[in-house]
Amino acid sequence: MAALRGNGNSWREAGGDGSAEPALKVEGLRAYYLMAYYGVEREVRAVDDITLTVNKDEIYGLAGESSCGKTTFIKTIARAVRPPLEVLGGTIKYSFLDRNLYDVDEDTLADIRWSHLSCVLQGSMNVLNPVRRVRKSFLDFAYPHMGLSKKDFFKAVNHHLDRLRLSPDVLSAYPHELSGGMRQRVAIALATVCEPEFVIADEPTTALDVVVQRDVLAMILEAQQQFGSSMIFVTHDLTVHANIANRLGIMYAGRLVEEGPTAEVFHEPLHPYTSHLIASLPRIGDLKPKAALPGAPPSLADPPSGCRFHPRCSLAMDICRESHPAMTTVAPGRRIACFAVDPTAKAAGDIPVAQIASEADAAARLGQ
Amino acid sequence: MSELLVADHVTRIFSMGGLFSRGTFRAVDDVSFSLDSDKPEIFAIIGESGSGKTTLARIILNTLAPSQGAIRFRGKDLAAARGHRERLDFMRQVQPIFQNPFEAFNPLKRVDRYLYASAARFAGARGQEERDAKANEALQKVGLSLEEVKGRFPHELSGGQLQRAAIARALVSSPALIIADEPVSMVDASLRMSIVNLFKSLRDDLKVSIIYITHDLATAYYISDRVMIMRRGKVVEAGDAHVVLANPQHPYTKLLRDSVLSPDDAGTGRLTAESRMAEEEAVG
Amino acid sequence: MLRILRDLFRYNREFAIGATLVLMIVALSVASFFSPYPTLSTYVVPPDIPPSWAYPLGTNSRGQDVFWQLSASMRNSLLFGISVAFISRIISLVVGLTSGYLGGFADRVLMSINDTFVVMPLFPILMLFFFLMHDNMSWPLLALAMAALGWPYDARLIRSVALSLRTREFTTQSVFSGMSTPRILIEEHLPYVLPIVFATTMNNINWSIGLEVTLSVIGITNIETPTIGTMIYWANQHTAMVAGVWWWVLAPVATVVMTFIGLFLLAVSMNEYIDPRSRLARMEGSR
Repeated sequence: MAALRGNGNSWREAGGDGSAEPALKVEGLRAYYLMAYYGVEREVRAVDDITLTVNKDEIYGLAGESSCGKTTFIKTIARAVRPPLEVLGGTIKYSFLDRNLYDVDEDTLADIRWSHLSCVLQGSMNVLNPVRRVRKSFLDFAYPHMGLSKKDFFKAVNHHLDRLRLSPDVLSAYPHELSGGMRQRVAIALATVCEPEFVIADEPTTALDVVVQRDVLAMILEAQQQFGSSMIFVTHDLTVHANIANRLGIMYAGRLVEEGPTAEVFHEPLHPYTSHLIASLPRIGDLKPKAALPGAPPSLADPPSGCRFHPRCSLAMDICRESHPAMTTVAPGRRIACFAVDPTAKAAGDIPVAQIASEADAAARLGQ
Repeated sequence: MSELLVADHVTRIFSMGGLFSRGTFRAVDDVSFSLDSDKPEIFAIIGESGSGKTTLARIILNTLAPSQGAIRFRGKDLAAARGHRERLDFMRQVQPIFQNPFEAFNPLKRVDRYLYASAARFAGARGQEERDAKANEALQKVGLSLEEVKGRFPHELSGGQLQRAAIARALVSSPALIIADEPVSMVDASLRMSIVNLFKSLRDDLKVSIIYITHDLATAYYISDRVMIMRRGKVVEAGDAHVVLANPQHPYTKLLRDSVLSPDDAGTGRLTAESRMAEEEAVG
Repeated sequence: MLRILRDLFRYNREFAIGATLVLMIVALSVASFFSPYPTLSTYVVPPDIPPSWAYPLGTNSRGQDVFWQLSASMRNSLLFGISVAFISRIISLVVGLTSGYLGGFADRVLMSINDTFVVMPLFPILMLFFFLMHDNMSWPLLALAMAALGWPYDARLIRSVALSLRTREFTTQSVFSGMSTPRILIEEHLPYVLPIVFATTMNNINWSIGLEVTLSVIGITNIETPTIGTMIYWANQHTAMVAGVWWWVLAPVATVVMTFIGLFLLAVSMNEYIDPRSRLARMEGSR
């Protein structure tokens, strides 16, 4: 268990690491879907060279539309990667591990899951076993990690439910007896009961009604603040990000295009895509006509050359067609990838898959 | 002043349960409203899941019969329109748009066939050329063209394009009324406004009335003329859209309005759980 | 098309084996058109000769070359099986799709008829049919009878798919596009039903050949026509196993087993290819 830092077997030591080390550091991550069957070959560049950092005790919001690669990104940082998805390069470094996530062995992985790294997904309400009471799901998921006796375990669970304002009665209910919102709340309680350092949330409120959504978000916020976990919150709904994220990253077609503190990004978006997204948000009380962005999000199997936003961008220049801009820091805590807004941006070329694969092989061989 | 659509105390009761216990469930409970045929408008029906809005939509489309009350289209009770001829006539004037464009089109079939079928059946097109012409006409109204759509499968188009193609299909027969069931909830944020704006132009330029069913108050505020709030099958509040949504009277409407997340508070993290749940208990 | 077949062959072992077996059987059947001896005549070669260079599968006690007999038998049995499967598919498709889609009264009536056929005991009915028809019995008539008895199981399967398709939104959209019910069933719903139809076709061919063999071995079909079953019948008549003419029995049995396995493997492997979900996954790639 040398790979884990600090926690060992005891459940929740007081205080965190205290250091300024980020909770999650992702560098140059590339994950593609490589498929060839029945005469069809395709390569989907779902996550293309993403670098980002999530600090301790913060919620990092990842925004983007459908098929921009954010769900693939989540899968990669949770190491839930199965063919045809392949991670072709980059590193993922959590604060509670001393090495790259993909260099960790299976046993350690099983240990850190749920106790240090947990997730709340869109279908989370379905994570509960439908033919058993909720209590059994807690036993299945959390009990092995907490190292407590059954009695103490349930005392801890009740305490946890209490501070999240859930009635302990939910434990004895079957999932279908609870409403969708209630199940999602239970799923969040389940994901946070071991007080993990890092929580991944993928569209946890998308299927919920407006009233319930607000409650669930409030609960997530409270849980995060109480336990000091760091969180990546992925959703396409920018208004949700406005209310819950400390920092915001905007993804487009597999790449990050803008990043910064939420308030700044909303009041002063720099990248043309972000500005458009924020300008087109409808609000009650606002009847100003809103324009739509021309074109459509690109297919990740056949993305446009250079900057992937250039076909729809009003500021597109020649250089945007040829090469894609790298993320550059334009102000403290603010990064964007755009040639028009930031003329000093450096270009980064597209690397063909075969070359990435062989580089990864070479690196692996040297690393051993 | 003639009436386009009148819902007259419409109620729909579902019976559930198995052999030993049968319960009834009122999906739609005594709902009444009317749409004027002289003045095309966008009428929003707002409710959460379980409010009965989708059941109401199916009743209006005549795919489900009401248990009590009636729907009258242009004065004629829908329940009486059982014959083939009358059904077709009704469908020519009332068309649906669904939530998920990728479900509304058969994924294994090309998108243009529905346009051609509508053209042949409702717009009197004979022969491929006429069908092409009618389809193209409808597609132009939504900002697409036949070349973009011809021969394509649903997955080859984006969500926004596909939803617009679905709207074009509904427009081929030049309907008087369109029932749109959550038409933008599955469309990407950047494409959503183009469809919402399209509805506006349908009302203003093509004089089509639209029943816009949604749970999203912000877009409802943006384009509707009147709204009707539904909860558990009953109507809780109805009236002019801007009045009701900006200044709600009923506690449930207030709760809805307050629950809507606003981007104006960006970064302040002002959500608190306690106050919300207390309010919901109060509404019952 | 060729690329697809090539990929199927290369990556799908079941398909490769199944296709090879079936191709061999088909080749064997086609060879019967080049038979040097008229298939119905007897004593054209010396009887009871074991397999050798001159007679690759030996000769039987009736003085026929076993190889050429087998070839003709396989062709007849295969044709029989295919025609039964074909007719019964049509019946089960029509019944299944309409009752699933229409629901209500039509559904109840069709399914009552369906279930009646399910409970009918096949064998006694076929025997009864034979005794009624007696001299007018012929292969086409038997094929019709078996087709009429072989559709109900699959009709229910197809109906269940049709039921789920009825609630999907594209069905409502098709209705509101003015498409007629037959058109919706054939053009919109049929592609979803095809995997079941394909799998059950293979199954049905196996079943009908099997039933034909059973009936022929008993001797109630036209035993002059060479089929797999009648070959075995004649072998039994001449007590081939006891007389030591084992190749006469082995040849048809081995061939029919190969046919069954080949068709089954084909059905299983092709099903994955035809299944709408995998079709969709492939379609999204071929942009």
